[in-house]
Amino acid sequence: MPGTTTQSPTPKIVFKDVRKEFTVKDRAGNRRTSRFTALDGVDLEIADGEFVVIVGPSGCGKSTLLDLLAGLDRPTGGRILLDGRPVTGPGPDRSVVFQQYALLPWRTALGNVEFGLEATGVPRRPRAARAREFLGLVGLSGFEDRHPHELSGGMRQRVAIARSLAYDPGVLLMDEPFAALDAQTRESLQDELLRIWQRTGKTVVFITHGIDEAVYLGQRVAVMTSRPGRVKQVVPVALGSRTATDDLRSSPEFARHRHRIWSLLHDEVTRAQRLEKEEVSV
Amino acid sequence: MSPVPGTTTGSGTTAPDSAQAAAPLSAPALPAPSAPTASAPSEGPSSDARRALATTERIRRSVRRLPHLLLGGATRSAAIVALVLLWEAAPRLGLADRTFLPPFSEVAAAWWDLAADGQLADNARASLVRSLSGFGLAVVCAVPLGLLIGWYRPVADVLGPLLEVFRNTAALALLPVFVLLLGIGETSKISIVVYACTWPVLLNTISAVRTVDPTLLKLAKSMDLSAARVFQKVILPSSVPMIFTGIRLAGAVSILVLVAAEMIGAKAGLGYLINASQYNFAIPQMYAGIVTISAIGVAFNQLLVALEKRLSSWRVPAGG
Repeated sequence: MPGTTTQSPTPKIVFKDVRKEFTVKDRAGNRRTSRFTALDGVDLEIADGEFVVIVGPSGCGKSTLLDLLAGLDRPTGGRILLDGRPVTGPGPDRSVVFQQYALLPWRTALGNVEFGLEATGVPRRPRAARAREFLGLVGLSGFEDRHPHELSGGMRQRVAIARSLAYDPGVLLMDEPFAALDAQTRESLQDELLRIWQRTGKTVVFITHGIDEAVYLGQRVAVMTSRPGRVKQVVPVALGSRTATDDLRSSPEFARHRHRIWSLLHDEVTRAQRLEKEEVSV
Repeated sequence: MSPVPGTTTGSGTTAPDSAQAAAPLSAPALPAPSAPTASAPSEGPSSDARRALATTERIRRSVRRLPHLLLGGATRSAAIVALVLLWEAAPRLGLADRTFLPPFSEVAAAWWDLAADGQLADNARASLVRSLSGFGLAVVCAVPLGLLIGWYRPVADVLGPLLEVFRNTAALALLPVFVLLLGIGETSKISIVVYACTWPVLLNTISAVRTVDPTLLKLAKSMDLSAARVFQKVILPSSVPMIFTGIRLAGAVSILVLVAAEMIGAKAGLGYLINASQYNFAIPQMYAGIVTISAIGVAFNQLLVALEKRLSSWRVPAGG
């Protein structure tokens, strides 16, 4: 089980000096374009079955990093390796969970989970049974026939998670998946996600801007700098047995880790805010 | 771990999950999900009884709701009833000239006569054939064309302004052009309906394709779906409601435009009936024709609204 973090010889995912630039149009009326560096020199290795959280100030390129890993975009420089092979495009070995759920509103919960299976060519007959099972895994048995607008935000995200898991990707990419949820729902989904991760042994790359969420979920937390983003430091999180304590978030180790990441982030957040202000006033 | 409020799963509800996501799941690994479906048909007689019970319950409920429904119906028809009463009263009280606005009862009598001698049915049929064939042709052409234009963004950018010009050119202003080019027969009448119906359908279809939720497109891309699959599974279904709004608008337009077209050089049709009645000073007959047209228009629209509702039931109710 992925509880132990022994670094295997070939890591599941490798970011090597990854750089990403965008071409942006200048203000209206001005035809010139300018280059915008979102990521510069990102280095990170993630082991098979590991749960890594990437945390950083807003606009630091966290989501860009995830898009690159998902194959939705190509890096300008550097390499991204998955199982030792460079990432050239999207594939069924990775799945993305979006903050806005991205459920097909005309399909039921079951239909949405089946959508992922259709995409990966699972034949029709086993599809429904498998979709049902994964809805069960995320605690939505009995909600198969509901449409997304009949479900709460937390339930919608559960459906999205079930869809991502159903076609059995090795890597789960989560882009601030719980950011739009209320605090109680978020906590329950965090527990649920940990349980699912322990059960399925997926490699999880989880993006968030919440420090508590990062400490609670991650085996390791990669703190990113403000723009251009790069990995400032990787903090291993050791909280002991998760099931032993009732309220992990109030334990002294949790507070210690939280403070460590907070201090790492603090300067970056101030710098990011200054950058943003300068940009607006230009 | 302490149970968190809102968590619906205990580990107990997820028995089949121990099979795990890692292994491709075969049928024997899934006894639990199939169990409830298998047990349902086995209890045939009792489910029959239950269904009967449910039916009586439904009847009872609708009986209880009857006054409510009646009240709702009364509210909705109040304005129309008031209009009819006003129409009846105004000429009788001398508020309007009886020659030009006969009371509603006279119009109703004229309508009945027209219906009885088959004139109404003949003219209505002529009109409906024209407007439905024009409407149908427009939908059949404009929907695929709109999907294509919307899908190829550069095409949409190039054609957009031109389409705006056409849409904002009143179809009836072009009627003389159609008559010049296509003559006075059926072709020009159906063509003008096709023309007028095309724009709402085409423009709505284009904008439906172009406003597909970008997150859904990103999702499809992340799943490595081919362009054809993205179109079939994401773009098409998400466009249906908006396309249908265009179709509904076109339905209304098809009748509006046709009647006007029929007033010029037609030998049959409701527009012809209205115009001819006016020439012959058969004023109640003229009003009977007008009432028929509004009735057909309302009925057609209701039909399309019902169809639209059915096709877009998944849409989030307003405010939700």
